[in-house]
Amino acid sequence: MAQQRRCARVTLILGWLLLATIVVSPAGPGAAVEPNEMLADPALEDRAREISRELRCVVCQNESIDESNADLAHDLRVLVRERLVAGDSDDQVVQYIVDRYGDFVLLRPPLKPQTYILWASPAILLLAAGTIILLYLRRHRRTAAPAPLTAEEQARVDALLKADAEP
Amino acid sequence: MFVELGHFALILACFVALAQAVLPLWGAQRGIVPLMAVARPAAQTQFLLVLAAFLALVQAFVASDFSVSVVAQNSHSLKPLLYKITGVWGNHEGSMVLWVLILTLFGALVATFGGNLPAPLQARVLSIQAMIALGFLVFIVATSNPFLRVVPPPADGNGLNPLLQDPGLAFHPPFLYLGYVGFSIAFSFAVAALIEGRVDAAWARWVRPWTLLAWCALTFGIAMGSWWAYYELGWGGWWYWDPVENASFMPWLAGTALLHSAIVVEKRDALKIWTVLLAIIAFSFSLVGTFLVRSGVLTSVHAFANDPARGVFILLLLTIAIGGSFILFAIRAPVLKDSGLFAPLSREGGLLLNNLFLSVAAGVVFFGTLFPLFASAFGYAVSVGPPFFNLVFGLLMTPFLCLLPLGPLLAWKRADLLGAAQRVWVAGLVAGVAVILLLYVTNGSAVAAVFGLGLAAWLIVGAFADLAERIKLFRAPLANSWGRLRIVPRATLGMTLAHGGLGVVVAGIVAVSAWRAEDILVMRPGQTTDISGYSVRFEGVHPAEGPNYSAERGEFVVSRNGEDVVRLHPEKRFYPVQQQSTTESAIHTTGFGDLYVVLGDDQGGGARAVRIYHNPLAPWLWIGAVIMVAGGLISLTDRRYRVGLPGRRRPPAPAPAAAGTTA
Repeated sequence: MAQQRRCARVTLILGWLLLATIVVSPAGPGAAVEPNEMLADPALEDRAREISRELRCVVCQNESIDESNADLAHDLRVLVRERLVAGDSDDQVVQYIVDRYGDFVLLRPPLKPQTYILWASPAILLLAAGTIILLYLRRHRRTAAPAPLTAEEQARVDALLKADAEP
Repeated sequence: MFVELGHFALILACFVALAQAVLPLWGAQRGIVPLMAVARPAAQTQFLLVLAAFLALVQAFVASDFSVSVVAQNSHSLKPLLYKITGVWGNHEGSMVLWVLILTLFGALVATFGGNLPAPLQARVLSIQAMIALGFLVFIVATSNPFLRVVPPPADGNGLNPLLQDPGLAFHPPFLYLGYVGFSIAFSFAVAALIEGRVDAAWARWVRPWTLLAWCALTFGIAMGSWWAYYELGWGGWWYWDPVENASFMPWLAGTALLHSAIVVEKRDALKIWTVLLAIIAFSFSLVGTFLVRSGVLTSVHAFANDPARGVFILLLLTIAIGGSFILFAIRAPVLKDSGLFAPLSREGGLLLNNLFLSVAAGVVFFGTLFPLFASAFGYAVSVGPPFFNLVFGLLMTPFLCLLPLGPLLAWKRADLLGAAQRVWVAGLVAGVAVILLLYVTNGSAVAAVFGLGLAAWLIVGAFADLAERIKLFRAPLANSWGRLRIVPRATLGMTLAHGGLGVVVAGIVAVSAWRAEDILVMRPGQTTDISGYSVRFEGVHPAEGPNYSAERGEFVVSRNGEDVVRLHPEKRFYPVQQQSTTESAIHTTGFGDLYVVLGDDQGGGARAVRIYHNPLAPWLWIGAVIMVAGGLISLTDRRYRVGLPGRRRPPAPAPAAAGTTA
């Protein structure tokens, strides 16, 4: 059964919504890391889990190999652990996988020319929205402060106030 | 026969919608009263017709009428009654009928309770509502007709996906749709205002309750979906930044921004253009969300290609609705002039900052969700997953949440920051003490998480600072404070709860992310394992039978300090009709943490793979969301925002700064 439950998690999330569009998807809840895959060395296993959370199960929807139940995710989890046991650093393990599957396998998009716009998007949006707000506020402050009275007007006001004060 | 009547009602609804879309608008433009008067009865009739169609569909599902294609594909005679009914919206066709049902329900509510709206405004609003309904009704009849028959009918149906046979997910769609579609009212009001060229305090007072209602439903729907994911998916995750989740989160962010900016329009006659734009954006996100989910364009290119008619039709609707409203906005927005002036440091300024963060957040989620699509158009395959969203969203939200408690304490027009700060010093003190204590307890092992909890404390206590001030808590006798509490405007109470609830959610997010413990192991019957102060003993697995599934049921005894606390029964279920299996986790909650047990595969000799998690403060995620919804609902009962019954006795402007502070 376990072999059939592929890409389970996202199919679930889409749930009823996508029933019509995803016609047949043998689904069952993700079970993720299996006990027999885990390494005896807890430090190494922790590193394996960290790395797994950043790698996409490429046959699934937006699901890391740490969460996924697909066969491919299982293979990748084992592969990650093999590389770690062989003495690779975390970066080397990730690079090893990226060399085989491309950037698509990274859930955190790498910083490179193709993704500059993505990583810059929050700053750009914040800057654009902030500028619009500043312009709005400035325009309003200008209209907010009425032009100061001329000397002549001031004199009239003083006179009127004076007249008012002395009944 | 019911099916044919339902089919007929649906087609009739199309024509009523057409009449309602054209006649009242024409009447409003030309000042022809009888034409405007068409709007109200038409909206009510349209709702009744769609309701009839929906009930006919429910009847077909309950009666297991397998001559109806949708029923045959999505139901089964042995399914429990509850899931026969919820199965109505567990498929594309039925869920679209539910979508339109809720759309026309909102239209009928505006028609029925909006009697004191100016006739031209009501006519225009209902006209726009009918245009949206017309689009979707034609979509249903033309491409997704739920009333088609199959000849000859099969002996039994294919059944519903077992994952949908769950109370959490069964009622998730109606709430989500109430939220999505509820924003259509704000949208219709915005478009009507653009046509009229007038936005005033009265307009904002009509828009706010509808937006608030939609927001409550959407918040609840999202929380429900997240809760379901948490207990059903088998490893305790609760948010995945999945495109479909993002599709519901974007309207939520925009709707939350709208809720706040409409306050400024109502109270201060400012930010009109922006508020109208937000109303359009919030519903546009709902439509985009519907499109993304329906077309499957983000999740699978094949799904899109499988039924291009549907995807193209919705894309066309989307272009007309969003494009049309934006063009109208571009032409008419300059007509809307703000009269309320304010200094940057003021309540208005604070709400503007709120809008800045929320709309940028919505923009980031939108761009991040669609980026893989753009990139693939340029031949670059990339994934944008949780690590990206968590990082970016965390960076954006932290300053926002830090500033949040100060906002409600600022005065309108021109505020005194020092004065506001003086009123939240208690919250700052509580947060500071919490941080220091936690740093000491955790030995500095999770500094970021400790500050996260400090932020949550700041939010929760800060939310109540204003309220405590108003009722003179601890400075007057308690009875006196209680009396004062009873006359505090409901809107203020609601705001306090909503902001405090957000703090509770933040505490849950931080604690689950930082301190969740897990144990994945093979257990033999009789074996015991320890996790987070609990001992969990595995006693074996025995078979169990459900109405339409068979299950393997695990027996676990949880004890703490040598005393048995609870017995947990996680299951693996097998649904023979669909040939699918599901995993049911078992959760023991204390309100401050969840012990979460999942039964895995057989490892031979009675041994089982078992996953045990301890998720500290996990329940707070949903408790907080429910508090937020409660806040929204309490605010809705404020007499100034009686749904559809805004008081016309008071002159619409200038409205007194009722919810607030002394200026």
